[in-house]
Amino acid sequence: MTTAEAAAVRKTALNAVHRQMGAKMVEFNGWDMPVEYPSSGGIIAEHNAVRTGVGIFDVSHMGDIRLTGPQALDAVQHISMNDAARLAIGQAQYSAMLYPQGTFVDDVIVHRLGEDDYLLVINAGTREKDFDWVRNNTRQFDCRVESLSDDFTQIAVQGPKAASLVQKLTDVDLSAVKFYWFTHGSLCGLKNILLARTGYTAEDGFELYVPSDAATSARIWNEILQAGKEFGAVACGLGSRNTLRLEGRLPLYGHEISDTINVWEAGLDRFCKMEKPQFIGRTALEEARAKGLLRTLIGLEMMERGIARDGYKVQDEGGREIGYVTSGSYAPFLKKNIALAYVPPQFAALGSHIKVEIRNQGVNAVVVPTPFYKRQKKN
Amino acid sequence: MPYPSDFKYTKEHEWIKAEGKYATIGITTYAQDSLGDIVFVDLPKVGAELTVGKVFGSVESVKAVSDLYAPASGTVKEVNTALTTAPEKINQDAHAAWMVKLELKDPGELNALLSAADYEKFVSEEGGH
Repeated sequence: MTTAEAAAVRKTALNAVHRQMGAKMVEFNGWDMPVEYPSSGGIIAEHNAVRTGVGIFDVSHMGDIRLTGPQALDAVQHISMNDAARLAIGQAQYSAMLYPQGTFVDDVIVHRLGEDDYLLVINAGTREKDFDWVRNNTRQFDCRVESLSDDFTQIAVQGPKAASLVQKLTDVDLSAVKFYWFTHGSLCGLKNILLARTGYTAEDGFELYVPSDAATSARIWNEILQAGKEFGAVACGLGSRNTLRLEGRLPLYGHEISDTINVWEAGLDRFCKMEKPQFIGRTALEEARAKGLLRTLIGLEMMERGIARDGYKVQDEGGREIGYVTSGSYAPFLKKNIALAYVPPQFAALGSHIKVEIRNQGVNAVVVPTPFYKRQKKN
Repeated sequence: MPYPSDFKYTKEHEWIKAEGKYATIGITTYAQDSLGDIVFVDLPKVGAELTVGKVFGSVESVKAVSDLYAPASGTVKEVNTALTTAPEKINQDAHAAWMVKLELKDPGELNALLSAADYEKFVSEEGGH
């Protein structure tokens, strides 16, 4: 890759389709991506379509790393905090890759494709860093590491009606695919497509991995939208993706998790299997646990007028600075102003009153349970 | 023409409509479209003094926070409190959704602002790249 290419804003195979649809485009982590579609009604309408019907997202900027070979499992176990040995073929798990100090390289979804065959789905902004990290930290294992990031157009179909929509386009019986499982099957006439029941919206849904050539990508995208008409499907951008994941308290790299935040602080304990004898970051996490938490991630709801935004300071009732907001927004489905923030544990009790500094004023907020939104689970 | 010719405009996308020594202020259609769904407005209180070019409030969409700049100096005589509970009115009709009514300090200040035609040209260039 030349320097000029590396510096250029990257486009997914669906870029022209988004522009044709009149999407508002923004640069996100070096990618030219749709933030919202006026034709869908904008962020609030897109958000609520996913909560009550179905929405369709281009998430091709996500990266993909495949590990194959006799020691692929050992390699995955070494670089990730969840226990990949528990995965059956066809099953996926939320996990994270950690630095030796127990902080985050990135969060990942680990898919077990076959006997010695794993697919890690990673974030857009950390693609190159993640790939180098995986390659450099798995050299001692007999396994092959390859980047498949440019091979897939990844389309997320999300919402309570997502399964009904995707079912129209595939021969596979999707009722047999549980949440965080996947299968390979037909999609719009294509064969052997990875259909994963995963997502980043706190709803049921699928992420579909289709070939990344522009013509196929556009055809599949349009066929999904067309087939979704009866369910009120709309195209959704990164704006609603962010508010949806925030209501569901799903972490975003660079916000709730980063190279300076550890697993305990982020509250991701249940995805970190300390009973595994070894993985990168484990020793530091043992020490951190013994020392106790210095800060913890809380959910808060504004009690007065004002929206907490990323980076705003959090204060105690007396106005002393105690932490900061990692993500904050108006929550379109809950119709409240909510935020996630890091504060010392003594301020984390549910019902605690704190303040968020908004334009030099402390605005009252209360610590509330998270996730802010939880779907009614049927699968 | 989407931009009323009896309004004057700022490069920060406010409009002002003067009637004698009084004027109403809002944000333009272009501004509301750029912001997307507006969910919050923070407006000054009656009696507040506005200074031309200075921040007098803010407007927030789901995705962005935007300061409001005073197109002219003056004293706030009235505030459109309906926008506080229904900020989406700005998306629906930005040029009708006035925010504050001012008693102008110097109506001559408006001469420095953009005409509807100039503003339209300005936003077509700003939006065109």
